[in-house]
Amino acid sequence: MATSSDKSKDAKLNTFRGGPDERGHFGIFGGRFVAETLMPLILDLEKAYNEAKADPAFKAQLDYLNTYYSGRPSPLYFAERLTEHLGGAKIYLKRDELNHTGSHKINNCLGQILLAKRMGKTRIIAETGAGQHGVAVATVCARFGLPCEIFMGATDVQRQKPNVARMHMLKAKVNPVTSGAGTLKDAMNEALRDWVTNVHDTYYIIGTAAGPHPYPELVRDFQSIIGKEVREQMQAAEGRLPDTLVACIGGGSNAIGLFHPFLDDESVKIYGVEAGGHGIDVENGHAASMTGGRPGVLHGNRTYLLQDAEGQILEGHSISAGLDYPGVGPEHSWLRDTGRVTYVPATDKEALDAFQLCAQLEGIIPALEPAHALAFVTKLAPTLPKDNLLVMNMCGRGDKDVFAVAGYLGMDI
Amino acid sequence: MTKETRIDRRFAKLKREGRKGLVTFITAGDPDLETSKKLLLGLPKAGADVIELGMPFSDPMADGPAIQASSLRALKAGQKMRDTLAMVAEFRKQDDDTPIVLMGYYNPIYVYPNAQFITDAVAAGVDGLIVVDLPPEADDELCVPATAAGLNFIRLTTPTTDSKRLPAVLSNTSGFLYYVSITGITGTAAPDVNNVQKHVQRIKAATTLPVAVGFGVKTPDQAKALGQVADAVVVGSALVGALEKSLDSDGRSTSKTVPAVLDLVGSLAAALRAA
Ligand SMILES: Cc1ncc(COP(=O)(O)O)c(C=O)c1O
Repeated sequence: MATSSDKSKDAKLNTFRGGPDERGHFGIFGGRFVAETLMPLILDLEKAYNEAKADPAFKAQLDYLNTYYSGRPSPLYFAERLTEHLGGAKIYLKRDELNHTGSHKINNCLGQILLAKRMGKTRIIAETGAGQHGVAVATVCARFGLPCEIFMGATDVQRQKPNVARMHMLKAKVNPVTSGAGTLKDAMNEALRDWVTNVHDTYYIIGTAAGPHPYPELVRDFQSIIGKEVREQMQAAEGRLPDTLVACIGGGSNAIGLFHPFLDDESVKIYGVEAGGHGIDVENGHAASMTGGRPGVLHGNRTYLLQDAEGQILEGHSISAGLDYPGVGPEHSWLRDTGRVTYVPATDKEALDAFQLCAQLEGIIPALEPAHALAFVTKLAPTLPKDNLLVMNMCGRGDKDVFAVAGYLGMDI
Repeated sequence: MTKETRIDRRFAKLKREGRKGLVTFITAGDPDLETSKKLLLGLPKAGADVIELGMPFSDPMADGPAIQASSLRALKAGQKMRDTLAMVAEFRKQDDDTPIVLMGYYNPIYVYPNAQFITDAVAAGVDGLIVVDLPPEADDELCVPATAAGLNFIRLTTPTTDSKRLPAVLSNTSGFLYYVSITGITGTAAPDVNNVQKHVQRIKAATTLPVAVGFGVKTPDQAKALGQVADAVVVGSALVGALEKSLDSDGRSTSKTVPAVLDLVGSLAAALRAA
């Protein structure tokens, strides 16, 4: 293991964009820790993905869907009032909440459904936390005529009702998961159990840049359209690269999508914001796996995890169902240890405050997930000079959270 | 290869006696440490030839409802890895022949951490390991050092393991090979004997290791049928299911708990011996 961490130092001398290696490792992180039943399938998936990447027709089809189905590119919007209010960095919002289905999750789902079709799979499964990924999966399944089943923790079914209704309307079967605390980790366990049972015809669309290799890589690649667009859009708007990037971290897919194209641009400072829940010092009261966890192995990869001294996984807590996950994608763990990206927590309360600030100053109701990113922006921006170009990924809209937030704020609806 | 283990000796003995082995799975610490110790000590006499002792994990992704519940009961009762190893050490004082294989998931071992776990497992008298989420691709982490320390590393092979992949699964496997008779999680579908026979024959053509068959075996009749096509039969979910049924309404063990499990072991063993 000492040799692997030396490797991550070596990588620093060359590039931060070279991972993973052929075994799916980012330094000591990543890998393929799955039951034997799934191994042949995961090896097939890797092969299919490598072929798809090299096929211009695959890229053309994905580009077409991104443009005409999703509505990409999403705007890079100068948030004038927020900038004025915070009195520091010039704040841009990458408006991925304007995508079809309301979040960045569709970027990944369009890529993966095309892969599933290439592999001849006829049934789709997925896990979901906030329901945004579930909705995006149900959407692409409707579009491509494949049946799908979504696993969602029973707690999340309760707190994200509008998305459950949307999934039903899209003809997805939603399976509430009651094991554990009934949140994202339990939904993922149950999706994996379904997958080992139905490997012959089933494709698992993982919703974040985590899981066994090649998922972290392929999800990142499909989400990297976010960062690629930001490069071009910032060039057009300001004639240069941004100085600061901020994104929220659940499993880390929207964040890696924004960060990856900039990892080798040394001048760009990068921040990932984890769910600080009730506070990072509260035992099992947050979902900040990199700020408050240790490396371990779960759901197919080695990564930072919330766990007790015995290696039992903790449930964690966040006000946001999409960030309520005890792990994180392995590439983030590696970026943390190499120091390329700084990871910080934002609490439930800070996210709720930022949620309201954004709605009231910009007329944008954010999802609770990017509200965490914004909470950190409200602390960081005032410390930066006015010519600092800051991009925050507004990765989802708040429609799904309206009822829950109204409840927290004691509003009558 | 390496030096002979209790597992090797046990399968050699079964062969000499011309019978098929019964491999029993229980979770260490389920429903509590004291009851679990009694169960463990009672298994050989009830008819278990090889014991798989589950190391409980919060997220048993390859297991069905019965073993999930069993794992959670053990964790709720406070079972720690140290307790599991101590159970084996205590068992060894009374039984130096029956092999014990620790079975579970990687994370509790990884954080122990690996090198210390291997040392302590060997010292306790553990004979083999099954780590569900550690494929041959990761052999350098645990399998290779554990084997060097004298433990058998037992691998699962499944209906999806085709001839191309089988050599990878067999490499570094020792003791026996565990054929997972269904695609799926533990304790769900019933295996189809003809299908299992085909796969076991294919595996036997590629290795001299004994082959045990499990996942989904519930009744003495099923055990008997599968015993005709393999060297041993593994039963787990049915045992922890019987345990669960014997608990009181608060989930505590009762006077029926130990006999409920051991009686089932007895009837499974009798069926196999009659095969
Ligand atoms: C809007 C939104 N943002 C972020 C996330 C967290 O996922 P990730 O970290 O993979 O972007 C979710 C997950 O459900 C989400 O719905």
